[in-house]
Amino acid sequence: MRVEVDADLCQGHGVCESEAPDVFAVGRDHLVEVLDPSPSDGLRGAVEAAVRFCPTHALSIVED
Amino acid sequence: MAVDTGQRQPTRVSGGEGATGHLEELRADPIGLMQRVRAECGDVGIFRLADRDVVLLSGAQANELFFRSPEEVLDQAEAYPFMTPVFGEGVVFDASPERRREMLHNQALRDKFMRGHAATIAAEVAEMVAAWDDEGEIDLLDWFAELTIYTSSACLIGPRFRRELDQRFGRLYHDLEKGTDAIAYVDPYADIESFHKRDAARAGLVELVQGIMERRAAEPVPADEDERDLLDVLMSVKNPDGSDRFVADEVTGMFISMMFAGHHTTSGTAAWTLIELLRNVGEMAAVDDELADLYAGGAEVSYQALREMPHLESAIKEALRLHPPLILLLRVAKEDLECGGYAIRAGQMVGASPSVSNRIPEDFPEPDAFRPARYLEPREEDRRNPWTWIPFGAGRHRCVGQAFAMMQLKAIFSVLLLDWEFELAQPPDTYRNDHSKMVVQLQQPCVVRYRRRTVARSGGSGAGQGAAG
Repeated sequence: MRVEVDADLCQGHGVCESEAPDVFAVGRDHLVEVLDPSPSDGLRGAVEAAVRFCPTHALSIVED
Repeated sequence: MAVDTGQRQPTRVSGGEGATGHLEELRADPIGLMQRVRAECGDVGIFRLADRDVVLLSGAQANELFFRSPEEVLDQAEAYPFMTPVFGEGVVFDASPERRREMLHNQALRDKFMRGHAATIAAEVAEMVAAWDDEGEIDLLDWFAELTIYTSSACLIGPRFRRELDQRFGRLYHDLEKGTDAIAYVDPYADIESFHKRDAARAGLVELVQGIMERRAAEPVPADEDERDLLDVLMSVKNPDGSDRFVADEVTGMFISMMFAGHHTTSGTAAWTLIELLRNVGEMAAVDDELADLYAGGAEVSYQALREMPHLESAIKEALRLHPPLILLLRVAKEDLECGGYAIRAGQMVGASPSVSNRIPEDFPEPDAFRPARYLEPREEDRRNPWTWIPFGAGRHRCVGQAFAMMQLKAIFSVLLLDWEFELAQPPDTYRNDHSKMVVQLQQPCVVRYRRRTVARSGGSGAGQGAAG
């Protein structure tokens, strides 16, 4: 799977960082940074939670 | 952007022949006016607000343009002249997307603070219901407005400031909210009663804050850093000559603006959620069962618990869709642009209406009915319609307090519905909004009856018990 961000929508709430800290970080510019754009299947649950709880619906999963 | 010769001018909606255009209709029946724009003109139509055109957009395609446009194209700063006298000169109504992100990081709205806020809110509700008898009546506007003054001040400014507030603060704040007549588009300082009350209320709030600041200045700052709140921080900022950087007027303006976006909005949504659940008994039963299961055995009102309540969450979303607290979002076009084949000219105002878009029947079947199931899988009509399900706006200017607001509403009902039953005290169709001001409020009377449940479901000693932990 691949993780995609709609940069117009991200406001830096940091929910994704709480859910999947190995995949997302909210940096100094207060925008999400994808640390691992192709996370392993072991992280699927955490990434799905990040997508689901993102307050601005800025994240999506694209299946390879 | 060059104007394409193929672009058409948007149609102007009927009515509004007088000198102030559709201003009087906007003050009397704004939703009727905006629905007529869509019915007569389609996705892009014009109404007149005093001497300006407002290009009103609706539908997914036009709304996406509205919500994705950067400040340089659609500017928010000039669009809300009725807010300047409320906040005070120099306090901006809205910040740039960059500044908003900074505020999120600095201002207690970030995800990592939500856990503490959930407990704070539950404790505030528990404190207010502790004053109730076994049964009685409340006015929904008064009650939720007071509660949300306490919750928003405690969470956004700090518990220390919250403890210095009483009903006076809420009453003055309410007069501020009522001072948002659309006449401000002609003259924000017009000689009308609601504006006089607005200005007196702001002066009264400054006086209260001044008193709090003077008391604090005479005492030592709390030694424990966690005890300090935003007011302590602001009071500690000094000019190079040693004088205070912020006077009471500026501090009050900052607090008013911080609380404004989250106050009448949350208060109104709490009231409408309760009204709709009482009008739809099957939905209330589903929410009751959900809460009873979740809090069985006296579990705490925790952040995690608040994320796992699909029925209550859906009921809140549906109340928001049908009764959005903001009915018209506005910008000013800074350059010419094109929307769906229509020309929008620099200088025109551009609007999007949650009230109109949230009820587009193609996106939301049975648009006028309260149907929380539309948010459950597989329908998920909010996610499927990101540009028309817009109670929180969308895109760059989406409400930064959305996660906080949803958490707050779920925490409020977790405490209220566990130990109390409610019923409407008026005929169901007599609950409605007052749209005579730009800030929408419930029209009074809006009374419901409460009764303590005979079998308490929170473990017997009050749902607030866990909230303190």
